[in-house]
Amino acid sequence: MTTPPAAARETTEGPVYTVTGGDWDDVVQAATKADDERIVVNMGPQHPSTHGVLRLILEIDGETVTEARCGIGYLHTGIEKNTEFRNWTQGTTFVTRMDYLTPFFNETAYCLGVEKLLGIEEQIPDRASIIRVMLMELNRISSHLVCIATGGMELGATTIMIYGFRDRELILDAFELITGLRMNHAFIRPGGLAQDLPPGTMDQLRELVKTMKRNLPEYDKLATGNPIFKARMQDVGYLDLTGCMALGATGPVLRSAGLPHDVRKSDPYCGYETYDFDVPTADTCDSYGRFLIRLEEMRQSLRIVEQCLDRLREPGDVMVADKKIAWPAQLALGPDGLGNSLDHIKKIMGTSMEALIHHFKLVTEGFRVPAGQAYVTVESPRGELGVHVVSDGGTRPYRVHFRDPSFTNLQAMAAMCEGGQVADVIVAVASIDPVMGGVDR
Amino acid sequence: MSDINEPNPDKELSAQNLPGQRGDHGEEIRVQRGMFGPKNGGDTTGYGGLVRSVRLPGPATRPYGGWFDEVADELEGALEEQNLLPDNAIEKTVVDRGEITFHIAREHLVRVAKTLRDDPALRFELCTGVSGVHYLEDKGRELHAVYHLRSITHGRLIRLEVSAPDSDPHVPSLVSVYPTNDWHERETYDFFGLVFDGHPALTRIMMPDDWQGFPQRKDYPLGGIPVEYKGAQIPAPDQRRSYS
Repeated sequence: MTTPPAAARETTEGPVYTVTGGDWDDVVQAATKADDERIVVNMGPQHPSTHGVLRLILEIDGETVTEARCGIGYLHTGIEKNTEFRNWTQGTTFVTRMDYLTPFFNETAYCLGVEKLLGIEEQIPDRASIIRVMLMELNRISSHLVCIATGGMELGATTIMIYGFRDRELILDAFELITGLRMNHAFIRPGGLAQDLPPGTMDQLRELVKTMKRNLPEYDKLATGNPIFKARMQDVGYLDLTGCMALGATGPVLRSAGLPHDVRKSDPYCGYETYDFDVPTADTCDSYGRFLIRLEEMRQSLRIVEQCLDRLREPGDVMVADKKIAWPAQLALGPDGLGNSLDHIKKIMGTSMEALIHHFKLVTEGFRVPAGQAYVTVESPRGELGVHVVSDGGTRPYRVHFRDPSFTNLQAMAAMCEGGQVADVIVAVASIDPVMGGVDR
Repeated sequence: MSDINEPNPDKELSAQNLPGQRGDHGEEIRVQRGMFGPKNGGDTTGYGGLVRSVRLPGPATRPYGGWFDEVADELEGALEEQNLLPDNAIEKTVVDRGEITFHIAREHLVRVAKTLRDDPALRFELCTGVSGVHYLEDKGRELHAVYHLRSITHGRLIRLEVSAPDSDPHVPSLVSVYPTNDWHERETYDFFGLVFDGHPALTRIMMPDDWQGFPQRKDYPLGGIPVEYKGAQIPAPDQRRSYS
C-alpha cells in the first residue's frame, strides 16, 4: 500500500507541501516534480523532535541542508516584563518558570543578583548556601538526564529515554519532598530559602545518591560504546573553539571544544570554591563529546551532593538575620497543610506589635533595594546563565534580564547544521539541549 | 552652636541607618512624587506631597581599586594609541557593588569593544549579550544598552553601557566584533526599539513580525484584566497599588 502524496497547495512563493508523517521519499519526489531546485522545509514548531516549540527553517538540496535558520518566540511569556510589576520576593516565582528544566539555577541566579544589590552576600547563612548548591547539583543531574533521554529518543533509542525519565523522577521526588513541588519551586528566596529541609530529607537523599550511583553507569553501558549511537553522534554538530567564542556558546558545547570554562571554578558563588569536583572536557567538538561531558558532569554533581550532605549535618539558619529583609515566617506543617507557623502567628498577634508591623510591611509592600545594577552568573547545565538586575530604589525590580544559555547557544545551530544531513540536524540541536522556556522567556 | 558649614548629618552617606541614598549623590534619573502610585483619582493617603529623587550610583574617581585600575589604564592607553582621546570615548566610569561600568559614547562603541577584545592585556573574548534598560524620565538618555564582557584569559568581567535618546534610538551594532550579539540585539530591538545600526538583519525575534510598539518600554502597559477573588475585584497587576 502506498501512502498518499503530501497535500500540496499553490502559493505565490511556489507550491507548499504539508507533511505530517508518511514517507519522506514521497515528499521529495513530489517536490522535485516542481522543477524548483530550492526546497525550504519548515520543521516545527510542533515537531516532536525539535525540543518544544522551536521552528527550524531548513533549505535543503536532496538530503543535504544548505541553509538552516531558527524561528523562535513561540513560547514568549513576558516573564521579564512581569517581574517589574511584583515585589522582589515574588520575582522568584516568575523566573523559576523560564528554563523549566533548571528552576533552581534561575532562582539562585536571580536571588544572588538581588542579594548583590542589597549588599548582603556575606550575610547569607552557610546552611542556605549549602542547600542551594545541593539543589542546583541535583537539578543539574535531572536536567542532563532529560537531555540524554530526549536526545536518545530522537535517535530512536527509546530505552535510554525510559531510563532517563526513570532516574529524573527519583530526583523530582526529592525536590517534591524538600520544596513541595516537582518543578517551578520558588524555594530559593532573596536572603535564603523559603524553609529548612523537612525531617527525613537526609535519609532519602542518601538513599537517592546510592541509587543514582548504581544507575548512572547504566547510561555508559547502554550508549557510550554503542556503535549505532556513536555513528549518529560522532562528528555531528561540529563547533570548534573559535566558533564557540564568536557565538558566545558556553556550557557543554564550549567544553566539548576543549576549554574547561566553568563559572563555578572561574567565578565561584555560593561557596563552590570549597567543594572538590572536576570540570570534564572533550576535544572532539561534536555531539558525542557533549554527551560524554554530560555523563561525567552528572558524576561530578553527585560528588558535590555527597559533600553537601556531609556539611548539612550541622543545623543552622536558612534566612538572613536582617529582619528588614528576611521573610518573616518559616513555613510549618499544620493540620490544614503547609503554611505560616502557628508559633509565628501567636507571636505577631499576641505578643509583639513590632513583629506584626514588620510582617505586614514585608508581605504587602516588600523590602526596598538600593538603586543600582548588578550582574551575576551561575553555571547552569546549559552554560553561563547571567542575570542583569536593575533597581531604582523601590520595592519592585526596575529591570530583570536573563542571559539564558539556551538562547545564546541556539544561535550556533546554523553553524553546526549547514552542509550536513537533515537527520543530523536533530542530533545537533539535541546536543545544544535548548529549552524553549529559557530561550523565549 | 554648630557651624553652619558643617555637613548636614542627613546627607552624611557613610552614616548608618539612613533610608537609602538621599542628597545630591549619584545621578538623578527620576523624581518620584507621592506614594503608593495611585495614578487615577485624588490621592487620599496623605502622602501626596512626598518628593523623592531616584538616583543611580554616580561616577567614581581614581583609584577604582583592584584590577579595575589596570583595565582602565590599559583601555585608555590602547585608545590613545589609536588617536582616540579616552575622555571622548569613555563618558564616565562607575564602580559600584564590586563591578566596574564604562559608559561609552555610542559613536565610539565598536572601536572600544574591538580594543577590549583584541588587546592582549584586556582580552575580553566573550560577550554575554546586551540588555536594554528604559529610563523613561531621564531626558536625552532614555534608552540604555548594557553589555557584559568576560575575559576568560584574565578572569575578569566588566560592563559597558551606552545610552541613546528616545528621539534618536540608534546604537552601533556589535555583531561585527561579537557575532553572538546577533540574537541579543534583535531581542533588545524587539523589546525596546533600540535600532542597532549595522546589524545584518535587525528584525523582531520574540514578538510577531507585525507587532506594534516595544513591550518592555516603561510606558508600554503590562495588560491584564481584573480578577474576582472571594467576592472582591482584584485589579490587573499594573493597576494595583505599588510602593515604589
